[in-house]
Amino acid sequence: MKYVCQLGIILGFSLAGELLAALVPLPVPAAIWGMVLLLAALLTRFLRVEAVGEVGRFLVTILPLLFVVPTVGLMACFDLVFANLVPILVILVVGTVVTFGVGGLVTRIFTRGGDRDA
Amino acid sequence: MRELFLNSTFFGVVLTVGAFVIGGWISRKTRFPLCNPILIGAGLVMLVLWGLDIPLEVYRDQCRILSYLMTPATICLAIAFYEQLRGLKGHLPAILIGVAAGTVASLGSVWLLCCLFGLDDTLTASLLPKSVTTAIGVVLSEGSGGVGALTTAVIILTGILGNVAGPLFSKLFGLKDPVSQGVAYGTASHVIGTSRAVEISGLTGAVSSLSLTLSGLLTALFYSIFM
Repeated sequence: MKYVCQLGIILGFSLAGELLAALVPLPVPAAIWGMVLLLAALLTRFLRVEAVGEVGRFLVTILPLLFVVPTVGLMACFDLVFANLVPILVILVVGTVVTFGVGGLVTRIFTRGGDRDA
Repeated sequence: MRELFLNSTFFGVVLTVGAFVIGGWISRKTRFPLCNPILIGAGLVMLVLWGLDIPLEVYRDQCRILSYLMTPATICLAIAFYEQLRGLKGHLPAILIGVAAGTVASLGSVWLLCCLFGLDDTLTASLLPKSVTTAIGVVLSEGSGGVGALTTAVIILTGILGNVAGPLFSKLFGLKDPVSQGVAYGTASHVIGTSRAVEISGLTGAVSSLSLTLSGLLTALFYSIFM
């Protein structure tokens, strides 16, 4: 019964996320709204971690498995990808390295500043 | 035999789980970064679908339960984040600034490269949201005349790149602490990158979850500037 309740609560937050996604005129999907709502519920002690913990951690563990299906969907646009293979690959790699580097380095600069103040 | 698979309720999911498990086994045996379970798993599934001549739509339809779990599973990243919050509190401003900088760098660099390669608006719109989670990216892309399937493809490849090469990038940029690594993984490679960050440490995973949420929201806000 414990697991059924946990699953029910998590699906409830998914539903609430769906509702917010439909109501708020921003291209933010249900998953992100649901995450914000679940975090808010935990922070305000409206919900305790024990109420969603086991099932929640299980779902996070299988997340990589869930991504196999959309990756297989790549088959549907092989033509478009191969027609623009070089630009797409360059943009993919350079864009990701730049984002990774800028995000990480800027954070490091500011964390270090924070540590000095403390 | 093929008929049986085409009409089966379980074939698609069993194939996916089996391929993913084999992918995980190969990934552990070889320890070669490109041997990622998602990548090998998807490759094996593609081979089987091609070999048995099963249409992609049929496979997708059989795997609806897996797509269904995507939203609840993503939402549950909030739990890991909550549990790490105490260790994270003092770093919130740094994380916020880091994610904002990373998001602008992502949109800016992709936009610039698209201009340099002279790509048309359709391709630019499809590639621009490549670092955010699929659900946000596809909505943004299609809203500006992009191709949803291509956006999904680049988003997933970006995620796998972050997941696979993240440790290498961290070494390259000298990122050692969990906070800056978490921001890098989450901002650059969304949920797929985050699933690697979770394996590094609890705090890294938590920061990465927070970063992917923030970068998703910020990308949704900033996107209109570029398209």
